[in-house]
Amino acid sequence: MYAYVIRRLVEAALILLGVSFITFILLYLVPADPARQIAGRSATAQTVENIREQLGLNLPFYEQYWRYLVNLLQGDFGRSYLQKSEVGELIAARLPASLLLMVAAICTELVMGVMIGVIAAIKRDTPLDKGLMVFSFVGVSAPQFVVGILLLYVFAVQLQWFPIGGYGTFAHIVLPALTLGVLGTGWYSRMMRSSLIDVMTQDYIRTARAKGMPRMRVIFRHALPNAFLPIIAMIGIDIGFFMSGIVVVESVFGWPGIGQLAWQAIQRVDIPIIMGVTLVSACAIVLGNLVADLVAPFVDPRIKLK
Amino acid sequence: MKMRNKLLAGVAAVAMTMGAGGALADSMGGNIIVTYKDDVSTLDPAIGYDWQNWSMIKSLFDGLMDYKPGTTELVPDLAESYTISDDGLVYTFNLKPGVKFHNGREFVASDVKYTLDRVVNPTTQSPGAGFFGAIDGFDAASSGDADGLSGVKVLDDQTVEITLSRPDATFLHVMALNFAHVVPKEAVDEHGQDFGKHPVGTGAYEMTDWTLGQHVIFSRFDDYHHEGLPKLDQITFEVGQEPIVALLRLERGEIDIAGDGIPPAKFLEVTSNPEFDGSIVEGSQLHTGYITLNTQMAPFDNLKVRQAVNMAVNKDRIVRIINGRAVPANQPLPPLMPGYDESYEGFKFDPDAAKALLAEAGFADGFTTELYVANTDPQPRIAQAIQQDLSNIGIRAEIKSLAQANVIAAGGEKDQAPMIWSGGMAWIADFPDPSNFYGPILGCGGAVPGGWNWSWYCNPEIDERAIAADAMADPSQAEARIEEWKKIFTEIQDEAPWVPVFNEQRFTIRSKRLAGPEGIFVDPVHIPVHYDHVYISEGN
Repeated sequence: MYAYVIRRLVEAALILLGVSFITFILLYLVPADPARQIAGRSATAQTVENIREQLGLNLPFYEQYWRYLVNLLQGDFGRSYLQKSEVGELIAARLPASLLLMVAAICTELVMGVMIGVIAAIKRDTPLDKGLMVFSFVGVSAPQFVVGILLLYVFAVQLQWFPIGGYGTFAHIVLPALTLGVLGTGWYSRMMRSSLIDVMTQDYIRTARAKGMPRMRVIFRHALPNAFLPIIAMIGIDIGFFMSGIVVVESVFGWPGIGQLAWQAIQRVDIPIIMGVTLVSACAIVLGNLVADLVAPFVDPRIKLK
Repeated sequence: MKMRNKLLAGVAAVAMTMGAGGALADSMGGNIIVTYKDDVSTLDPAIGYDWQNWSMIKSLFDGLMDYKPGTTELVPDLAESYTISDDGLVYTFNLKPGVKFHNGREFVASDVKYTLDRVVNPTTQSPGAGFFGAIDGFDAASSGDADGLSGVKVLDDQTVEITLSRPDATFLHVMALNFAHVVPKEAVDEHGQDFGKHPVGTGAYEMTDWTLGQHVIFSRFDDYHHEGLPKLDQITFEVGQEPIVALLRLERGEIDIAGDGIPPAKFLEVTSNPEFDGSIVEGSQLHTGYITLNTQMAPFDNLKVRQAVNMAVNKDRIVRIINGRAVPANQPLPPLMPGYDESYEGFKFDPDAAKALLAEAGFADGFTTELYVANTDPQPRIAQAIQQDLSNIGIRAEIKSLAQANVIAAGGEKDQAPMIWSGGMAWIADFPDPSNFYGPILGCGGAVPGGWNWSWYCNPEIDERAIAADAMADPSQAEARIEEWKKIFTEIQDEAPWVPVFNEQRFTIRSKRLAGPEGIFVDPVHIPVHYDHVYISEGN
């Protein structure tokens, strides 16, 4: 177990190193000159040169990358080119909002996904089942910005049940969490449905039924816990989807998380922020997967870590 | 950069709704909410240079000079008075006594010296350092060879003397720029590079809260040196709000000013919505949108080709595409800028003549080229209209739609971008003087790698005349100087390095309860409004 964890952590570190290298090289190749950008349109050539020197932008690529890594290991993400603040500080200030949104989205997709999946499986091949599956199909396929704007229009603008974007109260989180969770809801409901149908044909279920246990009890006692296993593993992977989803959802709803920060930075080519958010997201994805793998054997003793 | 809306000489087109006429003195107090999409970047006056923080900084800090609210008329501010020596080289400013910083300390002459030394110091990385080039000792100070500007001297606590190395007719405008706004040394020392997050100035408001990613709050500074100002108790700047969402909230009365204005795609819908009647104020600004023709790249090194392109572009149609939010242009200077030539006709829209001219230049079958454009609405749509116009005379232009920073980078390379549509990056004057429309964008000084002269147009003879014009610093020469600038710009346009397309109008959208003196909602230097003078009108 410990050897496994250590091996996975080393792998994780290598993955992050790879991510940092690829992101750095991509941003290095962007044909925008950060020194000129900082210097502004009225700057003299000498001012631009000074800035380039102070930021180390005149150094060869490998040296710039090495500098960045060394600073990073000391917890220093550098300073934003345009906002001039510490990137670490900017991310830290916004991370709680993103995590809150993510937890809310996970709750949304689990509750809705499992519920819809179970109902569909129990009512298998009825119009209700078909209707729910069409809904989940739409949920999986719809682009998040469309879902977001639609929800915003119907529930915030027309019905005025929720505020139009913003942050602070429970009412603010409902629509963004729903938008972020709708993809997972579709996904989980389909998984839950097929998993449950599959489990229901197993011998132990037949045994339980044969000894006279009521159908609902069989489903909730024996079938559900087993059908639930694949979903646990999925939550870890979900974090990856969330990390890309929050860029869109946070921008649509004005949610002050790191996705919105990333979107602003991309539009203005603020390289240190793009680097920082990418690394933090990569970290979250790697850790999410690791945790999901570590938790799996506790939930299902049949799984062994090697 | 003030990419947008740094405008001048505003004209209110919608009458202000002023409740009870004279009884305005009692309308003090109250809080307003202003929304923006992007985070506030920095409130350090030496660094902030975007259209969002520009007027926020103006409310936190003051300079020696300022403009009369709603106009482009220079008036002394932190200076009580000033004198200029006969040779135009020595400016002596007598400072206003009893002015306090937000930290309680009294403002003195050494603060002015510190501020100017700091802004030109290379470690400050100020985008505005170049504006102070006329001050004696600039080269040594800006390269880091000297500790400060030898031309700035503190005579006593209330007097500063600034010596220039050459006469500069624009110098008082420079002293009104944000970059010259006075900062206290002790506060900068305390916060270092984070001073922009902990601003301390002498302005009408002090910053009392900044929650990253959510809001910035300005509160009234009780010791402000202008009596009766500011009018409001508090301004909350909420960030992270999409412009469309901001409009919905404005309609519901939740906010007072949509800082990002009206999104281009929603313009007609909003202006025809009766809910917004009386909420929209229109004004002019010192902006010109233009196509640059790279005079160093074939075939645009040929004058006839450049003239043909000037005749081929249907500017009226482009103005229609952006719903009439601009007026067609025929010369580099915008109409409100001193030196604009009303009698100048420029190149009329005439595709047949353009075709003939192209044939004369040896391109009867046209040619293939590239048109660079920023990829945010409505710029690509405008580029498509230009593309169609050009195809009518046989020029096949491929559109290169890129992120703004990348278009700017391409323009700064001598042989990269044959044509650029400047939309979204177009020149808006830093101060209301024609000189500001020349050097960086049409002068030889801007035609360098990384510069903003994307036409790479460099005419040494005109350059000399421009320098001579700016040396006419004596007030008695002001008129002759403007006449000279007028000629310079029309002569440049005859050589057609640009296709001037339109001058953008500015639209401020705000709640009906806000009121203020005429002009402040389209104030030439404060965008979107002059916060110091806004008040809440109880009549509404």
